[in-house]
Amino acid sequence: MTATTICAVATPPGRGGVGIIRLSGPRALALATDVVGQLPPPRQAALRTFVDQAGEAIDEGLVLAFPAPQSMTGEDVVELQGHGGPVVLDQLLQRLLSLGATLAEPGEFSQRAFINGRLDLTRAEAVADLIAAGSEAAAKAAMRSLRGEFAQRIESLSEALTTLRVHLESSLDFTDEPLEGLALARLTEQMAELMSRLDATRAAAAQGQQLQEGLTVVIAGRPNAGKSSLLNALTGQDAAIVTELAGTTRDILDRHLHIDGLPLRVLDTAGLREGGDVIEQEGVRRAQAAMAKADRIILVSEEGNDDPELAQRLPDAVPITYVHNKIDLTGRAAGVDGEHVAVSALTGEGLPALRAHLRGQLAVVSDEPLFTARRRHLHALDAAATALAQAHAAGVAGEGEELIAESLREAQQALGEITGAISTEDLLGRIFSTFCIGK
Amino acid sequence: MNSEHCYDVIVVGGGHAGTEAAHAAARMGADTLLLTQSLEAIGQMSCNPAIGGIGKGHLVREIDAMGGVMGQAIDRAGIQFRILNQTKGPAVRATRAQADRALYRQAVQQMLNAMPTLTCFQDTVSDLLIENDTVCGVVTGLGLTLRAQAVVLTVGTFLGGKIHIGEHNRAGGRAGDAPSNALAERLRALPLRIGRLKTGTPPRIDSRSIDYAALAVQPGLSPAPYFSRWSQGDEHPEQVPCHLTYTNAQTHSIIAGALHRSPMYSGEIDGTGPRYCPSIEDKVVRFADRDSHQIFLEPEGLNSCEVYPNGISTSLPFDTQVALVRSIQGLENAQITRPGYAIEYDYLDPRDLYPSLESMQLPGLFLAGQINGTTGYEEAAAQGLLAGVNAVARGRSMASWTPARHEAYLGVLVDDLTTRGTKEPYRMFTSRAEYRLQLREDNADLRLMPVARDYGLISDSAWQDFVGYRDALDHERHRLEKTWLQPHHFGADAGEALLGQPLRREHNLMALLRRPETTYAQLMAIPKAGPGSPISAVGEQLTIEARYAGYLKRQTDQVARSARNDELALPADLDYSHVTGLSAEVREKLTQHRPSTLGQAARIPGMTPAAVSLLLVHLRRDPPRKRA
Repeated sequence: MTATTICAVATPPGRGGVGIIRLSGPRALALATDVVGQLPPPRQAALRTFVDQAGEAIDEGLVLAFPAPQSMTGEDVVELQGHGGPVVLDQLLQRLLSLGATLAEPGEFSQRAFINGRLDLTRAEAVADLIAAGSEAAAKAAMRSLRGEFAQRIESLSEALTTLRVHLESSLDFTDEPLEGLALARLTEQMAELMSRLDATRAAAAQGQQLQEGLTVVIAGRPNAGKSSLLNALTGQDAAIVTELAGTTRDILDRHLHIDGLPLRVLDTAGLREGGDVIEQEGVRRAQAAMAKADRIILVSEEGNDDPELAQRLPDAVPITYVHNKIDLTGRAAGVDGEHVAVSALTGEGLPALRAHLRGQLAVVSDEPLFTARRRHLHALDAAATALAQAHAAGVAGEGEELIAESLREAQQALGEITGAISTEDLLGRIFSTFCIGK
Repeated sequence: MNSEHCYDVIVVGGGHAGTEAAHAAARMGADTLLLTQSLEAIGQMSCNPAIGGIGKGHLVREIDAMGGVMGQAIDRAGIQFRILNQTKGPAVRATRAQADRALYRQAVQQMLNAMPTLTCFQDTVSDLLIENDTVCGVVTGLGLTLRAQAVVLTVGTFLGGKIHIGEHNRAGGRAGDAPSNALAERLRALPLRIGRLKTGTPPRIDSRSIDYAALAVQPGLSPAPYFSRWSQGDEHPEQVPCHLTYTNAQTHSIIAGALHRSPMYSGEIDGTGPRYCPSIEDKVVRFADRDSHQIFLEPEGLNSCEVYPNGISTSLPFDTQVALVRSIQGLENAQITRPGYAIEYDYLDPRDLYPSLESMQLPGLFLAGQINGTTGYEEAAAQGLLAGVNAVARGRSMASWTPARHEAYLGVLVDDLTTRGTKEPYRMFTSRAEYRLQLREDNADLRLMPVARDYGLISDSAWQDFVGYRDALDHERHRLEKTWLQPHHFGADAGEALLGQPLRREHNLMALLRRPETTYAQLMAIPKAGPGSPISAVGEQLTIEARYAGYLKRQTDQVARSARNDELALPADLDYSHVTGLSAEVREKLTQHRPSTLGQAARIPGMTPAAVSLLLVHLRRDPPRKRA
């Protein structure tokens, strides 16, 4: 049985201080050696420098090796404990992936532990729950990082790739048909075009401009409850504002911020109230739609002016933090009580408590570090680019069409990890609708 | 034939699936009975008179490596041979031959007659004999009860077959033959999922009424290649060419004017036809911008006056068929000898089969060929071979045999059918094989003969021949890898002449062979490199291996990665509602498809890696009992 070597961030997302990356599988020791140099003796921690491909330091930290079978998974396991935040952990993951590791599926460490007899049978149910919950969280995370323009760009790349394959595969499988397909030279040109489009998407994605990461929080409340001032207070105090995008609608302001390394996307909605003109109603409708997809809603009200009627109109499935604003006017003490937080957006009183509250509540939502979803996408794009470059090189060198087709198939398989797989049936369907095949 | 006797295997049907099944069972020494409606029709080519082609030729080579019938029969019956994709790479090169129908039937019948443990009997089958939920024989039209350890059903389009020509339709399994309605009714009463498919055939034309002078000639290859590794090289009959002609605007307007009388367009036919083999009326409607479609005029035999116009399959009324044929260049005075027709028939959902092609609901029953939703002689024959082997294996309590997707097109075929099922008649294409570069005509023997040997399908002497070839190959591969050439081994210009550039450093011979401009023979001409293997296949095989090396390695790695737990069996009665954590959607898919292995489950469209993990955990906690 050949197993892959998997890696993942083992610490909960965004928790500052130490970040642990765990590697498990037959090549774990070899891959770790490439990154940290000589490994310490089994089960002993040692300080090492983690280096990138060029030998430059990425981070410094502790390394622990657990050779099989005395390890968590029963396979060779290595833990790299670094100091860096998400960016550094991400770099380290990327390094391991480029060496041939694969990103662990949700619950895969536990699954391997179970399969290798490191967990007893009574734990099977728990492992199954972990896999199911983890995959749901990962699916959500993938959706989050796939919003908007990025998704469209990937779709259109995949579409262009499919068209190339339709021409190439039909020339291989239906050689006796007088097809009006494109000549190899033209296909090779199209591959070059596709390569530059793919490169542009990769560059944009790597800079984080396309891939939206982070959990979504919607700030809601009656007009004049202080929503905008709360948003400004939250972001204004945060040195790490990443981007400020123009809202997708006139009425929703969209900002990105980090709280202790936890990336958030905060939407400020139009005030929720009955009536109003057509434009205002539309704003309310959009606010409702944004809330339904949010990971958490911050319902802002003026202290002493609670709003149970408004709370009832919020989506059931989304957890709510009730923020009681303007305590500078009411004199109520700042602080957290369950889901209720008292603050003053004006003076900043209570804001650290609100941030800590959000941080704690939201970190639980995602089992998978938020950037892992993004890393999966970037890795898939890299793999697609490598395969496409190979196809193009084969085209230029005049190698066999079956070899070009093979590389294009690999490229599409890689993109399929983002868009969902394109099956042979889909491809054949496209061939038969494009060309008149059959005698 | 002895009705008191219990056979090892009874094969129902004498088409391409049935003859391969019976021949394979008999090669394994099994006591085999082949039942057919017509002994004369054994080995009949019901549709176009050709074997092979892209993807299909690959299947023929695989059948041949397993010691099967088809390759040898077409070598004795082929009257025009071509290699398709000859200018393209070896993985997609494929052999195709026009057949003399009579010679083909004769060759198949001779091969069956040569099997001492095989008996043929002419009778229909009206029912399956089922005891303890297991199939243990058949009841014939005569009322005979015939018992067997296993039954292989290969009844093609005969199940509930209905033939359409224009507004006329009638029951029929093939033009001129009765359908198997009693058996169809019986199968409908069993808990099997049944669907309906459609296929068609063109009118046949009297060759004496064709004006060939005006038409393009398509000659075959000379010397004509051979399909079978068992052929000696003197089997081919006389070779003749095909001719090419085209439909035109007038043809298309004749068709458009008669569409309302086509059973396809009047709604008379509800079976699904193949997208890649549309009728001429479909082509005209769906590709209205095309003003012409190609037609191959294929001779039906050396002593036959009939010609098969490949490309104008139709179920239009007979008078329209005459008009449309006569609108075509060269066919202005054509006489139709048989009308074209569409045929609808029942097929059994292949997702109800194990990868051994044994029925999940009815142990002891194996199904092969068009009854499983495929089209094509080669697809049918390949399944017949596999079903025949596994029917014998069942009686002997041997493990069943199904090649993996990276081992054979036969594996791709069976996995696609049993995992995904099919909605149209399933035909093989090389694009269906994700390991296409490994599955070549030229290495079918290397891929499959060891299995053929394990199942007793080939003789000792054939095996010795093969081992000799394989050893020579291994030896020469080793030598090419271990032999290093220095730049000074070449003459100053010789290196450049051979490689397109001067050799700058040391290379082994395998690396030099990888260069597209180098041939094995040229390389062996260098004093330090030669003389090489005298067996031409060795040089060819190693050249392909060298050229494909990087790609093949990536594919091998991919196989290794995806092979984890692939073979883990999923019990047929697994209740997916008891598997923790599966989404409702995945649960429904699994219940519908009933995969036999974890690998099959993973290949069902829409499955997630998490769902596969959950199944794996479930299986480990609650391991299935071994199937009895």
